[in-house]
Amino acid sequence: MRRFLRPGHDPVRERLKRDLFQFNKTVEHGFPHQPSALGYSPFLRLMAIGTRSGAIKLYGAPGVEFMGLHEENNTVMQIHFIPDQCQLVTLLDDNSLHLWSLKQHGGASELREEHRFTLKGPPGSPPSATQITAVLAHSSREVLYLGTESGNIFVVELPSFRVLEDRTITSEAVLQRVPEDYCNRRSCELVEALREHPKNPDQILIGYSRGLIVLWDLQNNKVTHHFLGSQQLENLYWQRDGSKFISCHYDGSYTQWPVSSDNRQPEPLENVVPYGPFPCKAISKIYWQTTKNGLPYIIFQGGMPRASYGDRHSISVVHGSQQTAFDFTSRVIDFFIIFSSEPTAEFDDPSAMVVLAEEELVVIDLKTAGWPAVHPPYLASLHCSAITCSHHVSNIPLKLWERIISAGSKQNIHYSNMPWPIDGGTNIAPDPPQRDLLLTGHEDGTVRFWDASGVCLHLLYKLSTVRVFLTDADPNDNMNTLGEDEWPPLRKVGTFDPYSDDPRLGIQKIYLCKYSGYLTVAGTAGQVLVMELNDEDAEHVVDHAEADLLQDQEGYQWKGHEKLKTRDGPVRFEAGFQPFVLVQCQPPAVVTSLALHSEWKLVAFGTSHGFGLFDHQQKRLVFVKCTLHPSDQLALEGPLSRVKSLKKSLRQSFRRIRRSRVSSRKRRGGSGNASEVQEANAKFDQDALQEMELAPVQRKIEARSAEDSFTGFVRTLYFADTFLRDSSRHCPSLWAGTNGGTVYAFCLRVPPAERRMDEPVRAEQAKEIQLMHRAPVVGILVLDGRSTPLPEPLEVAHDLSKSPDMQGSHQLLVVSEEQFKVFTLPKVSSKLKLKLTALEGCRVRKVMVANFGSCKTDDYSENDLAVLTNLGDIQIISLPFLKLQIRYPCIRKEDVSGIASCVFTKYGQGFYLISPSEFERFSLSTKWLVEPRCVVDMPEVTSNNHVHKSGMENAARKS
Amino acid sequence: EFRRFSLERSKPGKFEEFYGLLQHVHKIPNVEVLVGYTDIHGDLLPINNDDNYHKAVSTANPLLRIFIQRKEDADYSAFGTDTMTRKKNVLSNVLRPDNHKKKPHIVISMPQDFRPVSSIIDVDILPETHRRVRLYKYGTDKPLGFYIRDGSSVRVTPHGLEKVPGIFISRLVPGGLAQSTGLLAVNDEVLEVNGIEVSGKSLDQVTDMMIANSRNLIITVRPANQRNNVVRNSRTSGSSGQSTESSLPSSMPNILSNFVQGEEESDEEDIIIEGSGEPQQIPKAAPTSESLESLTQIELLHESTQNGFLPSSEMNLNHSAGSTSMEYKVQDPDHKSLEEDGTIITL
Repeated sequence: MRRFLRPGHDPVRERLKRDLFQFNKTVEHGFPHQPSALGYSPFLRLMAIGTRSGAIKLYGAPGVEFMGLHEENNTVMQIHFIPDQCQLVTLLDDNSLHLWSLKQHGGASELREEHRFTLKGPPGSPPSATQITAVLAHSSREVLYLGTESGNIFVVELPSFRVLEDRTITSEAVLQRVPEDYCNRRSCELVEALREHPKNPDQILIGYSRGLIVLWDLQNNKVTHHFLGSQQLENLYWQRDGSKFISCHYDGSYTQWPVSSDNRQPEPLENVVPYGPFPCKAISKIYWQTTKNGLPYIIFQGGMPRASYGDRHSISVVHGSQQTAFDFTSRVIDFFIIFSSEPTAEFDDPSAMVVLAEEELVVIDLKTAGWPAVHPPYLASLHCSAITCSHHVSNIPLKLWERIISAGSKQNIHYSNMPWPIDGGTNIAPDPPQRDLLLTGHEDGTVRFWDASGVCLHLLYKLSTVRVFLTDADPNDNMNTLGEDEWPPLRKVGTFDPYSDDPRLGIQKIYLCKYSGYLTVAGTAGQVLVMELNDEDAEHVVDHAEADLLQDQEGYQWKGHEKLKTRDGPVRFEAGFQPFVLVQCQPPAVVTSLALHSEWKLVAFGTSHGFGLFDHQQKRLVFVKCTLHPSDQLALEGPLSRVKSLKKSLRQSFRRIRRSRVSSRKRRGGSGNASEVQEANAKFDQDALQEMELAPVQRKIEARSAEDSFTGFVRTLYFADTFLRDSSRHCPSLWAGTNGGTVYAFCLRVPPAERRMDEPVRAEQAKEIQLMHRAPVVGILVLDGRSTPLPEPLEVAHDLSKSPDMQGSHQLLVVSEEQFKVFTLPKVSSKLKLKLTALEGCRVRKVMVANFGSCKTDDYSENDLAVLTNLGDIQIISLPFLKLQIRYPCIRKEDVSGIASCVFTKYGQGFYLISPSEFERFSLSTKWLVEPRCVVDMPEVTSNNHVHKSGMENAARKS
Repeated sequence: EFRRFSLERSKPGKFEEFYGLLQHVHKIPNVEVLVGYTDIHGDLLPINNDDNYHKAVSTANPLLRIFIQRKEDADYSAFGTDTMTRKKNVLSNVLRPDNHKKKPHIVISMPQDFRPVSSIIDVDILPETHRRVRLYKYGTDKPLGFYIRDGSSVRVTPHGLEKVPGIFISRLVPGGLAQSTGLLAVNDEVLEVNGIEVSGKSLDQVTDMMIANSRNLIITVRPANQRNNVVRNSRTSGSSGQSTESSLPSSMPNILSNFVQGEEESDEEDIIIEGSGEPQQIPKAAPTSESLESLTQIELLHESTQNGFLPSSEMNLNHSAGSTSMEYKVQDPDHKSLEEDGTIITL
């Protein structure tokens, strides 16, 4: 008896729980929020991205991913891989250096922080004396050169970070032999760049911000060459043979300098302002890459004419007569070129350019004519338009999977065929157990289909619903339409576009039937679209129906947005999901719940006013039900519209800013539109927060009443074939749950298949349950005679599920935000309940049935409820006894958008947004775990060049 | 007028028969009367149904004193705690004439015709500094009518006095249920909600818990004003309020939550409308062997015997109270030291 009374003390059950449940945050999908630094190791063929929150992420071949987090959570300023090592050094904005290593552990590599170090000056020196501005990881792998604000260069030993004081390169030593007049005009100032000579590791090039560049001989500790630049220096680049180097400058110019033993103070070979003659912005980074045919690739960031194109985030590639200024959608953080790193190769032969912009990663194929972009297998910008909802479908049948991929491949023809150039490391994770799709709905009316089977979340197919509607978006509003002879030769790249032309297009609910290929999506302006997968392009008319959810209610005025205008006549749709039915709710309030039954060919939808059922086979509205309480004026007027309109006006004003090409304002740090939006949002949030703090923090304690606002808001819809009227005959039924704790059940009569088109579908209200605690109903579920949740439509027909038990009595599970309740059917009597809120003070935000398999035995699995609460906890609750099994803290309770974005999968995994652009994937199951597992081996050092280098370094030290 | 007669203790019969017998022995066949008896504590308690009649008979040792009053001029205030002991002090009333002058009573109805709106409960198991208040929202149109806020309170811990965050009542809405009971006041610290401690919970969590329990809300508070505390004979009056906190019986929240579970089944039933029929309360499914309800029932029984309640009479009383949701607590003789009954009726 005791055992039952105190849940969780049954040793057998406890052991089973350990075999079933386990919580892991496994991998972050998407694009890192606020990236701040980029690094690349040609040796490991790994890329590293640092963020403003102190995270560092390494990417190689698809599936090869590592993540580390600096304890300080400070911005990562620079990342430098140690040449020919599995190590990298990061510089944070608190001036600390961190050494990270990839080490193998238990068969897989792990990224670990090994050491940290902060450069300390002599006592009494100003902080600028040791403020690091440039880092050079020397090819000897034994030392780091640290350029500072004071102009001194410190040398530290690796991996101990011991400062080798006798080898410090002071600015005084450098200035000794600089001509007087030059020296007087400008002091050294900070070290802008440090570059090792590509052929002679004993020489390093030092660039100071005021323009002076010197070649320093490490062996003799003296300057060998002086290059007296006259412009403020931004960056330096050695040509491959070491005979020349390029410097780029603040005024938008770059200069080529010869290095020879005859002239110790050479004049520049050429000085170019590529986008002159009018004042230009700085060129902040430059590459000069040699090719076999003799024409170099000159690739530089910035340099745009200040007045007309100063707001562009550009990188220009010049190759002979070809020149393109790639125009990025957000600020460029950094970029690198992938070129032949073989020391024996004669030419650079660049193959790809990898650009880290603030909101996306863009890779350009430099080998293929036209320089097309490469489709990245990871780091997808989930937020290219803001995510408004997500839907996960597990275990996609192969046929549907292939059809979606084929539809998607037709959309991706403009991408390069180049294999992914960043291919370091080996993915040793087992193949994903099944094909999973994650569908994200976006503000711009698109639905994106992501392959969520494995570690790399990548885009398979993109669906747009915009074509069905007439929007006020100007089709000529394309900023990319530039003539042939346009100068500069800008070319827009990237997909990030957070500006929605019409917020009403936003997708709110998605449901995909994986067996039939039927997809239904619903949006902000009450639009419900039913689509079918078609492998060919097609032109057809979309059937259109209206559902008046207010019906017999009178005297109400909808003050929200208008419904979307539809296009008359046939519309051309590309291969993929093509809409064939459009239902528009009236009033056009946001669709709050959606259900599709692909076998009965019915779609149900609900808004804050009521719900309706549509027969998409006969294209006929079966019924509508108004759920509105007569006194609920707020729901009718649509108060959300006020918020929306503010957002819309904000958006429009930003669009205006974007349109105005001439931006007189100088944007410090190159902050673009996106960061402005973020700043504005942040400020808005802050103001709201302050307002809240000023008000006394107190909470009203009052029971919910039937008259509360938004009680009619339809939260959940559910189709079930169950015993609604009597225990001898089961029938199709539709269930709806509202915000006010009401559950409606309708008995449906669906004609048999042979008469499906002839007879109408009929519906009749059979039951109405009012939960006395009146909390919003967030989930409805029917359990069959074996207490197993009813299978999905067509699941049984496809032999993927046992047919439900229709002998034993069915049970109804109603999940409100506060309680779980089990009722008997067909006579509704209450059987069990779990009062979550009364006991724990938390409310249910998301609930889903999940199947948990045991990691020990293959033949045991059970269905439980996975529940996310408003406190960000995840609880697993057993079925049908409603016993709390286990609880894990998952999301911070302050992270409201994270909690709102959470989706569970059918097999105990889940996703939630940790930033607008990143999904965190977690697993509650011991069996279904998708996490990166990869090995990075030290490639063989093939050339003896390195041996030679380190030998020389040793010699240098001895001397 | 006194009558003395005997009854078979083992077979007392029905109240109706007893009532007839009384009318018969007093020769007042058509006069409506109120029947009362003195229990072992000397309290005058009513006899008006089978259950309290049986109870009364079982307490006779060996005599059972029965009082009958004509219904028209009955003094309803006579019933209740301390009624008999007070009667013994008639002399003091005589000595102080202004006390003696009784206010004319407005007869409204029998107490059981009222619905309780609040009560102080579990006085016997709580420290003197705490008060457990039950608000009966069900059936009243009055709003609960209070607000809570964050604050900090001082606790005695092994490391000395410590400031810890707490939840406090910040405002009472005039005319609300909370204010009208007089049992809650601004700045009272909320310690528990329906038996669940609030420490470590956020203001929003506590708000949600209270709203989730709003139909039968039991709040344990530490009143800001400690001068109106119940004084018990069993404890020396010198025992300091603050230090009793740690001496709370550990099983206490359990008792309460079981009690609450058992109780609320009757008062929070969801409503079903079948087809186009009339709304009905959803009945409870017949407990099967796997049902939890049966377990809680058993647990309730089990726990209550442990804590000295008389299980059989408690169950009986719950049944009898079902129609009026009036609550009588049957106290074990061990708890005789209590001076105040659990039930307070606020009109």
